[in-house]
Amino acid sequence: MTLHRAAGGLRILRYTLPERTIHWLAALTYCYVLLTGLAFYTPHLYWLATLLGGPPTSRFWHPWIGLLFFLAVLWMLRTWIADMRITSVDRAWGRAIDHYIRNEDEALPPVDRFNLGQKYFFWVMLWGGALLLISGAVLWFPERIPWGLRGIRYAAILLHVAAALLTIGAFIIHVYMGTAMVRGGFTSIIRGEVSPAWAKAHHRLWYERVTGR
Amino acid sequence: MSSAALRIQKISGHSGPVPGQDTQRQQKVAKLIDTTTCIGCKACEVACLEWNDLPFRETVFDNTYQTMPETAWNYWNLIKFNEHERTDGSFQWLMRKDGCMHCADPGCLAACPAEGAIVQYQNGIVDFQQDNCIGCQYCVTGCPFNIPKFNPQTKKVFKCTLCSDRVSQGLEPACIKACPTGCLHFGTKDDMKELGQSRVQQLKEHSGYSNAGLYDPPGVGGTGVMYVLHDITNPEAYGGLPANPRVPLSVRLWKGPLKWLGNLAMVGGLIGVTMHYLRFGPKQVEDDKGEHE
Ligand code: HEM
Ligand code: SF4
Ligand code: SF4
Repeated sequence: MTLHRAAGGLRILRYTLPERTIHWLAALTYCYVLLTGLAFYTPHLYWLATLLGGPPTSRFWHPWIGLLFFLAVLWMLRTWIADMRITSVDRAWGRAIDHYIRNEDEALPPVDRFNLGQKYFFWVMLWGGALLLISGAVLWFPERIPWGLRGIRYAAILLHVAAALLTIGAFIIHVYMGTAMVRGGFTSIIRGEVSPAWAKAHHRLWYERVTGR
Repeated sequence: MSSAALRIQKISGHSGPVPGQDTQRQQKVAKLIDTTTCIGCKACEVACLEWNDLPFRETVFDNTYQTMPETAWNYWNLIKFNEHERTDGSFQWLMRKDGCMHCADPGCLAACPAEGAIVQYQNGIVDFQQDNCIGCQYCVTGCPFNIPKFNPQTKKVFKCTLCSDRVSQGLEPACIKACPTGCLHFGTKDDMKELGQSRVQQLKEHSGYSNAGLYDPPGVGGTGVMYVLHDITNPEAYGGLPANPRVPLSVRLWKGPLKWLGNLAMVGGLIGVTMHYLRFGPKQVEDDKGEHE
């Protein structure tokens, strides 16, 4: 069940094993496309491709792993679509986001399983991923786009890099918050569990919903 | 094909200075193609296949003289046949030898992310180094002339080398040697421009081609392959020769300002989160037993 008593006290299940697996599949595949993509983005980082098995190998796997990343995010969508819907609670939280940034969490309205920032991050990754996939398909097979329609090739190049930069911005914030800023979050995405105090502090509505308190 | 005799001027995917750049005085070379004397015999195509040891490939019959729609990864030199209707209703053959233009400002090289996969020699020849090519086909998108072609088996891209191997040894390209009408010329860029201009003058004065002109498009900084055309105002009639070729705007943006904006944004993001941590620190929750988590 969602609650269980462990050596350290009461624990609440925040992420099931399938949820954690899909998260780390998305995270690892994203990191691979990020690093190989950055290698092709700028000559200053081309050495990344050498580290990752050589430039032709990196180029060979980049689109396939990107596809895998997108499938992982689609699977996330299936699991979390209900939790990711943006509600009026989130909008109230969003208006008070200054307090969140300044660590004045007491002044924030309570939220459900995910806060607005987390939801936005998810949607940015989903839509960004979709744009990357569509534009990436054009970059993958440019000769399939007839010469007369080459405007599509030109647009795809800009779209691919713009969508990539968008997800990179979101990714930097996500990793920073997950590893350094929100203490206890990283344990939750590894082991799946959080303390009742953590749940109450960060996601009170969710805490009340799953514990019935 | 690299050669010690050819100094390098530009390298794809390269940061920092280009070794050897401007250490030697080297003349720019150019090929001049006089479309007004081309008879479409395809001798240059055969010479290209012969010299470069390329296999013969199947042709595509489409009820015209055109043997295949465009150049291919193993077919770098193709005559484009065009039946052109003149304003007085009469017909005219326009035949143009299509291939890499060896742009002074090559879009293929600008787009290429792989260090050293495309180089431009000081003599102006743009050459692909398949050993360094990663098969991304960005050059296909970067080229305004639809020239680089991908081999899906080897995942490498190929195109005309302007016979850089022959030129480095003081020979002219194979196609030049084969042309029976003498419509192909090879020499320094300056000489070829002069020759082209004098032919244009001749066409204007003696043959009634008042719109004759030399095709050396400034949008790509001029080209190492120039055409004498009967009608410079309508290059599109010669099998889609672009009137004003340029490196695509999106490629220039992507390799220029957008790259620096992106770099700035990424570094800014990293600095931003670091500063946030230094200023505000982590969010810690006192758990039920008063321990930090
Ligand atoms: C290697 C880098 C990553 C790390 C260290 C990381 C870390 C975390 C952490 C700690 C959480 C739990 C947050 C909480 O419940 O408070 C989380 C949740 C989540 N992660 Fe990641 N993650 C990474 C990459 C990714 C990627 C690439 C995606 C792309 C889709 C992603 C999508 C999500 C989503 C949608 C959630 C749930 C909502 C949220 O917390 O934003 N993560 N991640
Ligand atoms: S495919 Fe073209 S752009 Fe890509 S590495 Fe090879 S030469 Fe460069
Ligand atoms: S014609 Fe195309 S392939 Fe040849 S140098 Fe110009 S941009 Fe490169």
